[in-house]
Amino acid sequence: MTSLTLVRRIRARPAIVFAALSTPEGITHWWGPDAGPVLLAESDARVGGRFRVRFRMLDGSEHEAVGEYIEVVDGKRLVMTWQWAFGGEPDEGAEVSSVTIDLRAIDTGTELTFTHARLQTENSCRSHTCGWNGALDKLERYLS
Amino acid sequence: MVKYTDAQLDRTFGALVDQTRRTILARLGREAGVSVSELAKPFAITLPGVMKHLDVLEDAGLITRSKEGRTVTVRLRPDPMKGALEWLRRQESFWSRRLDRLAEYAEREEVKASKRSR
Repeated sequence: MTSLTLVRRIRARPAIVFAALSTPEGITHWWGPDAGPVLLAESDARVGGRFRVRFRMLDGSEHEAVGEYIEVVDGKRLVMTWQWAFGGEPDEGAEVSSVTIDLRAIDTGTELTFTHARLQTENSCRSHTCGWNGALDKLERYLS
Repeated sequence: MVKYTDAQLDRTFGALVDQTRRTILARLGREAGVSVSELAKPFAITLPGVMKHLDVLEDAGLITRSKEGRTVTVRLRPDPMKGALEWLRRQESFWSRRLDRLAEYAEREEVKASKRSR
């Protein structure tokens, strides 16, 4: 089981961050990892609803991610499945992973906690190897 | 460019999930070769307990054991960890750039909303 957690403090209220994350209009403004355009954005942010986003990167490659909303708490929390329909990481294939985003109001705006994890399957994850956390720091200490 | 398979990554991360095993690896990172009995000393667990942890680390390819006379010497093999780190860094860089863009967009929207409500 492998997961990645990132935390960001954003100078905007949670409702605005939530709209940026979950509405097609919001998604078109930031989804790609570089300044390339978002070509298509569909998002039905309710439990069981789906999203589909296609974007082009500056190197000309096109990628499309799809998924389903598993948990939606307005202004606070989004849990969704994540899968590349095409493009994406070449060695990741069409493996399904999960993305969890939590928003917390702070004085200066919103603290966003983002977690990307592979979905747990019985084959790839026995209970004692799951829930692995914060290892990036630990690994870096080992290798430094 | 070496490709790291999902199975190898799962074994590496599975091995690193345990505090005792991480402590063993950290020590092997500082000292070039350590005997099994030396490695076991700081832990309040039995020698067979330590051996089990060493089995997991060896299965994951993170250590090697070599017998010299009556002593078994354990050494670090860092390649799989580099693979795991590389995978994490790639994921981190992809999501990190996207979250930066999200933050910039949301902050622009906040400024607009604050101006409107003034």
